[in-house]
Amino acid sequence: MKKMTYAEAIRDGIRQEMKRDSAVYLCGEDVGKFGGCFGVTAGLVDEFPGRVLDTPITETAIIGSAVGAAAVGLRPVAEIMFVDFTGVCMDELFNQAVKMRYMFGGKAKVPLVLKTICGGGVAAAAQHSQCMEAWFTHIPGLKTVMPATPADAKGLMAAAIRDDNPVIYIEHKQLLGLGGDVPEGEYLVPLGKADIKRPGTDVTIVAWSWMVHRALAAAEALAKDGISAEVIDPRTLVPLDKDAILASLAKTHKLVIVHEAVRTSGFGGEIAAVAAEEGFDLLDAPIKRVTAPDTPVPFSPVLEKAFLPDEGKIIQAVKELF
Amino acid sequence: MQLAKENLLAFYQTMVTIRTFENKAAELFAAGKLPGFVHLYIGEEAVATGVCANLTAKDYITSTHRGHGHLIAKGGKVDLMMAELYGKATGYCKGKGGSMHIADVDLGILGANGIVGAGQPIAVGAAFACKYQQNGAIAVCFFGDGASNRGTFHEAMNLASIWKLPVVFVCENNMYGISNCQRDHMNICDISDRAAAYGVPGVTVDGNDVVAVFEAAAEGVKRARQGDGPSLIECKTWRWRGHFEGDPATYKNPEEQKTWLQKDPIPRLAQKIIELGHAGEADLANIADAVKAQVAAAVAFAESSPDPVPADVLTDVYAGQ
Repeated sequence: MKKMTYAEAIRDGIRQEMKRDSAVYLCGEDVGKFGGCFGVTAGLVDEFPGRVLDTPITETAIIGSAVGAAAVGLRPVAEIMFVDFTGVCMDELFNQAVKMRYMFGGKAKVPLVLKTICGGGVAAAAQHSQCMEAWFTHIPGLKTVMPATPADAKGLMAAAIRDDNPVIYIEHKQLLGLGGDVPEGEYLVPLGKADIKRPGTDVTIVAWSWMVHRALAAAEALAKDGISAEVIDPRTLVPLDKDAILASLAKTHKLVIVHEAVRTSGFGGEIAAVAAEEGFDLLDAPIKRVTAPDTPVPFSPVLEKAFLPDEGKIIQAVKELF
Repeated sequence: MQLAKENLLAFYQTMVTIRTFENKAAELFAAGKLPGFVHLYIGEEAVATGVCANLTAKDYITSTHRGHGHLIAKGGKVDLMMAELYGKATGYCKGKGGSMHIADVDLGILGANGIVGAGQPIAVGAAFACKYQQNGAIAVCFFGDGASNRGTFHEAMNLASIWKLPVVFVCENNMYGISNCQRDHMNICDISDRAAAYGVPGVTVDGNDVVAVFEAAAEGVKRARQGDGPSLIECKTWRWRGHFEGDPATYKNPEEQKTWLQKDPIPRLAQKIIELGHAGEADLANIADAVKAQVAAAVAFAESSPDPVPADVLTDVYAGQ
């Protein structure tokens, strides 16, 4: 184990795979000399000459070219600086990358990682703060990865790069400086395997990305009030580890889902549907969702604080079930 | 450039194969035998033929919704294509793609495409992979006049130029984006003028003259293989049919249509072959007959092939599924 930040762990995952496989390359806006807008890819351009490419501001061509390169044998890690910018390359993602295999009758594979970052809390306002994961989970053929810890960040990045399918790997701004123990050497976290971030017996809280940490803080506070909360981090929304969620519900019989994304058609709705369809008999109480409201992300720190789910809102939702 | 007899006869065979396949597709569509949309390449055969004659199986192409001609010229098999048009399990895509998504990655055909302009950055990516792997292969991107107005064109041309990628952009200017004629959708006459904006050479050729297309493409392909970067070739041609089968194309000027039909690329090539003494009319008729039999066999193969089974809807979504 080695102490590493989340940002360093992402870089370590990319480095591990670039050393292992010469077909892996990294491209995107300012990922090379500048080291990435948040410093995540710092130094890789010197470590891997010719394999870390600064592109123009050209999201359509970044993802479109990654599709072409992946279809003929490379393994691009293509960065879109903010998840909010994926609208500019959406056709390349949802009509090209993910449909090629199916449309071609299974005779193509497109192993590309779209690396990007989401989330609020830094007063970056409505076009640099969103959580768009639900969009991506609605696209068959795509996998959606959202690590919450440094170890998961490394292991999931490596697994995403080795996967033969298009994967969107969504980092979170709030987590970049988060430290933690990360396995040294080759490390992979399988896609589709949830992690119990805190075991508990009275209520299941499902949360991902930054919200895992807010859920853990809430669980800590709830423990003092005698409520034992289990925090489940799915880590990947597609594929979703339904079994882990249902197994937890079999124990706790209560479900609270927390996500930073806006409420309507958020991925929390999907998890609630899984619980209702496949775990109805396990539930002793209505399902609760703690989410952002259905508004754009506001700029003012005062407004943004009101917008974001936090420990207090999670505690309140849990207590309403008891 | 003096082309050998074998080259010209090969061009003839390819162009007649495309024409025969497309005429058969029109007939089958009208008879209600083909589901979905069909966009035909009739009249534009010289473009795909002249360009692809410069390529090997290791080179890549991206195609369009009007893609049958590109596929045939790049070596695609007409029986597997026809079975795909029928939506059969034996088709190129096992009935999951249809006319607009036929691909043969092993032949370097990275797919027809239902989104206008989408092939441009994909071709750039394939060209990047060729350069990255130093395998000597190149990519060719086919697209139309309409697609040259898309943002994908700008981004693909620019990236290919700054990275000096081995890609040839082939604009098939058939004068129409569905009902919108070129003079109404851009304010320039020659789309090749746009190449200058990217520091890339651009040339306009008669897209109904297969030899002119071949020679222009040879130059672009040579540049790409030498590591000199991309180029843009505009081939002026004409879409004989409506945008899709069933479109009566009432927006076309009948006089213009008449003029263009007289520039049919196939008799033009036939005349050249005969004038050069490479073959007689009977020899060319023999080629056409053999092609006709091949296309008839493709139809028979498609019609006798099984449909996919309903369970197939769930397969091929993910690799390693």
